[in-house]
Amino acid sequence: MSYEELLTEIALSDERFIVMTAENRALVRNIPAKLGSRFIDTGITEQTMIGAAAGLALRGRIPVVHALASFLTMRAFEFVRTDAGIPNLPLKLSSFIPGFLSDGNGPTHQAVEDIALMRGIPNMTVFAPADEDDLVKMLPQIWNHPNPSYVRINTRKTDYQHSPFELGKAEVIAEGDDVTILTYGLLFEQALIAVEILKKEGLSVGLVNLRSLKPVDEQAILHVTRNSKLTVTLEDHFLTGGLYSIVAEVLLKHSLTANVLPFALNEKWFKPSLLPNVMEHEGFTGKQIAEKILGYNTRFHQPEISIPQFSE
Amino acid sequence: MQSVITNTNQLEATALKVREHIIKMSTDGGCFVGASLSAADLIVYLYSEFLNVNPNNLTDPSRDYLFLSKGHDVPALYGTFAELGLLDKDRLKNHLSISDNIYWHPNTKIPGIEFHSGSLGHLPSVAIGVAMDIKIRGGNNKVICIMGDGELNEGTCWEAVLVASAYKLDNLIFVIDRNQFQANMATEDLIPLEPLHDKFTAFGASVKRINGHSFEALHEAFSAYPFEKGKLNVVIADTVRGKGLPSIERRADRWFCNFNATEVEDLLKELHGEHTTQLTSETLVVR
Repeated sequence: MSYEELLTEIALSDERFIVMTAENRALVRNIPAKLGSRFIDTGITEQTMIGAAAGLALRGRIPVVHALASFLTMRAFEFVRTDAGIPNLPLKLSSFIPGFLSDGNGPTHQAVEDIALMRGIPNMTVFAPADEDDLVKMLPQIWNHPNPSYVRINTRKTDYQHSPFELGKAEVIAEGDDVTILTYGLLFEQALIAVEILKKEGLSVGLVNLRSLKPVDEQAILHVTRNSKLTVTLEDHFLTGGLYSIVAEVLLKHSLTANVLPFALNEKWFKPSLLPNVMEHEGFTGKQIAEKILGYNTRFHQPEISIPQFSE
Repeated sequence: MQSVITNTNQLEATALKVREHIIKMSTDGGCFVGASLSAADLIVYLYSEFLNVNPNNLTDPSRDYLFLSKGHDVPALYGTFAELGLLDKDRLKNHLSISDNIYWHPNTKIPGIEFHSGSLGHLPSVAIGVAMDIKIRGGNNKVICIMGDGELNEGTCWEAVLVASAYKLDNLIFVIDRNQFQANMATEDLIPLEPLHDKFTAFGASVKRINGHSFEALHEAFSAYPFEKGKLNVVIADTVRGKGLPSIERRADRWFCNFNATEVEDLLKELHGEHTTQLTSETLVVR
């Protein structure tokens, strides 16, 4: 099931849902014809869309709002914070092309601080599905939760079949004594590749798909940092404020420390290009991740990374 | 149909009481007196005559909605609520008290306040969302958003006019408290707004410009609601910042005022035309 099919099904079965966009229709092409007046496109006005969504929520609606991740989280930040965060209204933010998914657009379109910004808002919940299967397993609970939410929409297809979602719980894919990779979002694909390489090199390797970044699964993080010699945080986000920071906060809260290797963007935006080139250039392919962890090069082959279709 | 208003004396009396409340809140920390006084007649008129809002329907989905977007004129709203039985008058004494929720900007812990404000240019869009929902459901409720003229510097006010016009929200009224001043100076000396009527008209709204201190003019304008089918309604209410207190009227340095007890006493007399106040407290307090 696709994002759009799921949203259509839920919105048709529950009158409370309103689908909104600030003229970002890539994920909702067929919805206007199906929802009629419960589809609202405010034009290129991210701030006004969020304010109007708050007004709709005051009247008992659940607005699912769509815009490009960087404009939804940054241009409209104060509206999200003030009109959804302060009154704790159930605005459901669907952010399009977050992180590396903005591939060739350039730094204006790079939302690589969105997790940091959104999790800093009281009442806001924050999620990042690993792929389309994960996305459709996660969204029904997220949309039925009373709080506002921010979801890094990721419709990429992988072969992985995810376990059922529980809000606030991570998905533990594998446990390992030597290395465990904590990740979220589209880098899950590359983490699976890295895990295979590391295993073939003889290591005991774990992998955790965080899914829910706020509330975060503290027990899963503590379990990993206690039981694995090395914890790797892997994210297409700035080093500041994302998963690396979350792990640091959890450890400090429990007066603990750990051996943590972060993969993140440290004080820089990424070089714009098609997604596979971006991943390679920035050192985030599965093979590059594994080799950095190992400290040496391997003969393994990096599987091809599919190029996302251009959509506005 | 020409509607004639018959109870202006009563409205005047209520507005005078509201102004007394505002002046009494302008000490022990102070408040935004000038903007509260400019908006007082407008707010008294709307709650007394136009809006279907009363103590018994504050959560009824068929009620009308008023959003106070500029926010810092909320003493006029507190005063009006107190006079119309929406808020216990004794609570006005709790202005800025840590034990109550009566402070410089609106918040929803005060029954009747539909949404918090303070950050300018937010509530036009929130009001749009409410007006859209009423349209979707086929309701007849009216939705009002009061904005300051200085607030119109914010681009989101104009985004909201574009979107409200696009969605033909004729159940929505944007009311501009055109008191000619923003925080530190006259609007026309900083970011000129005129010709304001033409600007809103060009953005697709149906506009009326009236004397915002005349209950007859207010009544005539609002009785014509909806002004034109399928168009956003805009009322530009020409007002005087500090209205009712000649010693602070139209003064750029009397925006936020924290008067001492003697000044408050004198200003209350001044309000009733009995006195001219010698203001001794610090003038411009910019926050």
